[in-house]
Amino acid sequence: MIPLSWYLLLSAALFSLGVIGFLIKRNLITVFMSIELMLNGVNLSFVTFAHQWHTVKGQIFVFFVMMVAAAEAAVGLAIIIAVFRARATLAVDRIDLMKL
Amino acid sequence: MPRARWVTIGRDFHEVRAACFTFLPFNRPGFRPSPARDGTMHLILFIVFAGCCLAGAINLLVQSHPINSALSLIVVMTSLAVLYLLLGAEFLAAAQIIVYAGAIMVLFTFVVMLLNAGREEHTLGSRAASAVGFPAVVAILAVIATVILKAQGLGEASLSDPITTTDELSKVLFRDLLLPFELTSVLILIAILGAVALARHGDGERPAAK
Repeated sequence: MIPLSWYLLLSAALFSLGVIGFLIKRNLITVFMSIELMLNGVNLSFVTFAHQWHTVKGQIFVFFVMMVAAAEAAVGLAIIIAVFRARATLAVDRIDLMKL
Repeated sequence: MPRARWVTIGRDFHEVRAACFTFLPFNRPGFRPSPARDGTMHLILFIVFAGCCLAGAINLLVQSHPINSALSLIVVMTSLAVLYLLLGAEFLAAAQIIVYAGAIMVLFTFVVMLLNAGREEHTLGSRAASAVGFPAVVAILAVIATVILKAQGLGEASLSDPITTTDELSKVLFRDLLLPFELTSVLILIAILGAVALARHGDGERPAAK
């Protein structure tokens, strides 16, 4: 028997590591990966609470989060390609204008 | 007759599978997993894969080349799939591997290699962000951990818990939540079109056709 709080603590740790990565990484792609890490941490807590309350709604929410994350990855990486083509860099410090 | 052949193959498959499963202890009639062994197994699986998860996440932050970060993110996502399986979410475990560790991470590694992204350099901004960000994130984590540890009535997970089957999941997804499901398919379609529109060359820089 594992207390469900362990799973929740793991998900909190993953989310925090994602936030740290979002703050300290200076590469646009790695910043994007940190966002995926945060989404995964939240998904784990959704699944844990679905297990706690014996309902499938939490799992279905994770399913929707996955679909939105897939759409986000497709659009975000296309934006990264467009930005790289215009600026020839991926460092977030040098990408500080909305205008291409 | 092709139909008859498929039926035969299917029957053979079921017989072979039944024959294989009789050798496994959990398929014998009257098999009950002992609670102690069940708990130890769950503990070992949790510790191993939670450790892989955290190690991968930390490695994502430590590595300076994006391709190493992407590979450690794959480790994180695959370990999370095992944790979903431990919590009885078998469909999500499969979807996690196929969608996240498969499709999304292929996209990431593809873009990293396409753009030939080099190592990142640390700047004044990154040092300032880490100086302010680390204490803030540790504080947030401490608050969340306190709330979780003080929470009353959180249950326990064990390997003998019932598994959420795809059957139950689809009954909710395709009846009660049919409209959101169809809307997400439209969302995915729009995202694909947007990605194609964004990533292709603009008309001005397209090389002239010969």
